[in-house]
Amino acid sequence: MSRIEGVLQTLKGQGRKALIPFITAGDPHPDETVGLMHTMVDAGVNIIELGVPFSDPMADGPVIQLACERALKHSTSLRRVLAIVREFRQTNDTTPVVLMGYLNPIEAMGYEAFADAAAEAGVDGVLTVDLPPEEAGDVAPLFAERGLDSIFLLAPTTTDERIRAIADHSSGYVYYVSFNGVTGAAKINVEEVAAKVAHVHELTALPVAVGFGIRDAETAAAVGRVSDGVIVGSVLVDTIARNQADIEELKRALTDLLNPMREALDSLAS
Amino acid sequence: MSVKLTEEMLTALPDARGHFGAFGGRFVSETLMDSLMTLEREYLRLKKDPEFQATFDKDLADYVGRPSPLYFAERLTRETGGAQIWLKREDLNHTGAHKVNNTIGQALLASFLGKKRIIAETGAGQHGVATATVCARLGLECHVFMGAEDVQRQSLNVYRMKLLGAQVHSVQSGSRTLKDAMNDAMRDWVTNVDDTFYIIGTVAGPHPYPLLVRDFQSVIGRETRSQSLEKTGKLPDALVACVGGGSNAIGMFYPFLTDESVQLYGVEAGGLGIETGQHAAPLCAGRPGVLHGNRTYLMEDDDGQIAATHSVSAGLDYPGVGPEHSWLKDIGRANYVSVTDDEALDAFRMLTLVEGIMPALETAHAVAYAVKLAATMDKDQMVVINISGRGDKDIHTIAQLDGIEL
Repeated sequence: MSRIEGVLQTLKGQGRKALIPFITAGDPHPDETVGLMHTMVDAGVNIIELGVPFSDPMADGPVIQLACERALKHSTSLRRVLAIVREFRQTNDTTPVVLMGYLNPIEAMGYEAFADAAAEAGVDGVLTVDLPPEEAGDVAPLFAERGLDSIFLLAPTTTDERIRAIADHSSGYVYYVSFNGVTGAAKINVEEVAAKVAHVHELTALPVAVGFGIRDAETAAAVGRVSDGVIVGSVLVDTIARNQADIEELKRALTDLLNPMREALDSLAS
Repeated sequence: MSVKLTEEMLTALPDARGHFGAFGGRFVSETLMDSLMTLEREYLRLKKDPEFQATFDKDLADYVGRPSPLYFAERLTRETGGAQIWLKREDLNHTGAHKVNNTIGQALLASFLGKKRIIAETGAGQHGVATATVCARLGLECHVFMGAEDVQRQSLNVYRMKLLGAQVHSVQSGSRTLKDAMNDAMRDWVTNVDDTFYIIGTVAGPHPYPLLVRDFQSVIGRETRSQSLEKTGKLPDALVACVGGGSNAIGMFYPFLTDESVQLYGVEAGGLGIETGQHAAPLCAGRPGVLHGNRTYLMEDDDGQIAATHSVSAGLDYPGVGPEHSWLKDIGRANYVSVTDDEALDAFRMLTLVEGIMPALETAHAVAYAVKLAATMDKDQMVVINISGRGDKDIHTIAQLDGIEL
């Protein structure tokens, strides 16, 4: 069983929901990322999605675009991100780490070299935004052989036929994108998400985590009620941007954001 | 290595997943997949629909003014002292460039799909103008994304778009040029996918765009083929076209791909010189990668970050290229070369003075290479340059280089 499956199964047994933060590796500086990851673990998160900076993040809104620019200013390459995960694993071997990013840095490194290095560094899953399962035939088996979960996106526009096909290619969990748009836009409609996620649950046994538009404890709880986990990204990245000059203050701010979300999710436990 | 292409090989490409050999494909986030699959299905149906094709042909004739002439540049030929140089006059199309062939086709597709809101990216502004033009004609809402740097260097086209009723969105992110405009157009599309049709201006992007843009632009090569046979009794020996994303080049090349005797030359922007790294020539100096929905040759660093590009011409200032060009390069069917900013500027002046035809700076790259090529060929041979656009939009740039304030 993968580390991701283990964590999600344990939570399910407890009637709890996964809290999954997203931050961009290398933002505000690659030397700070491991510390921020530990801070988030202390605040009760279950899985960390670590963004791999890319020069042209087409699926992201301005908040994460700027985070990529800050990280790239300090040369946060994919290799550097893997080194960050390796360092994190020296003191944490329980919290799963999912790399989330775009395909070109992985292509540039080489699929096999990346799969080897990711597994060796202690990465648990890979979510490549611009790689639908149709194009993943060369890379997904390399991940599977090394015990890396392949996580794919589902969207409001995804047909039933595709939901089934994508779930067949996925392991760990599927990531449901709550609305048509880029990251950081504030247009989540909780009723629509609830209906769609319930429908996805009918089509796959995999856990469903929901991301895009979750900004506070209230939306986290509303979405957590209907899903297996919530992914929180832009609001954290925005907090990093605003507190980048003072890392201790930043860690306090992240904790202050995540604590109420954790409490709100746990208050759903039955 | 060069492969002899047959009609059967060509009709099999792109394959069902939009691949041209190792290139092309559909690398987008999940939200767009359903829309792209619907577009592919509807386009493949309409491609065989006589009513759709008849409407397209009629618009090209009566609205665009096709066929565009194939003109023998007698004085340029004499000055060059080699092969006969002929010009395919896409600059004479309505709106002044080849771009309108494609926007007519895609706007027609949008109408058949019932989409009322149109978005487009633009570099030099020619595609933006051509999109704004067809939207005005069909009463469609039009949003054009343009890098802030290009908004500045192509201010005339920005104003033209506004006069045509389009909203021009100046893109401030990244390098503030064409690739960033395309990023923002994709972001708008993913947000408004239900009611919006994205008119991509070049043969890049996710499948089926490279296919449908190539099909709409192939009218250039089909006309050139029959005009050449009619006027000279033979096919040209060489075709020369500039390549940014590569839509005018593919439109010219495609109907000649199985004619082995016809040499194909795509001319990329060499900027300050390939050796300086300040250029926009992915086929000459890049390597395969994935950007904007397709796998193709790209300019990138060792970590897979997309590199900044440079060209005096905004329309060629792009780090990628259409996937079919990448395939044609790898199988050896087409030759990809580059000329520098300075060579292109010299060619702009030369064609203007010798033939009274002022080419776009993009097109001037093709002219610069074609003149060098023709000089090495026999007098009974024939070179056709695709004059993809006219140069009015570049007059401010030229004047600035001359130190003149207009």
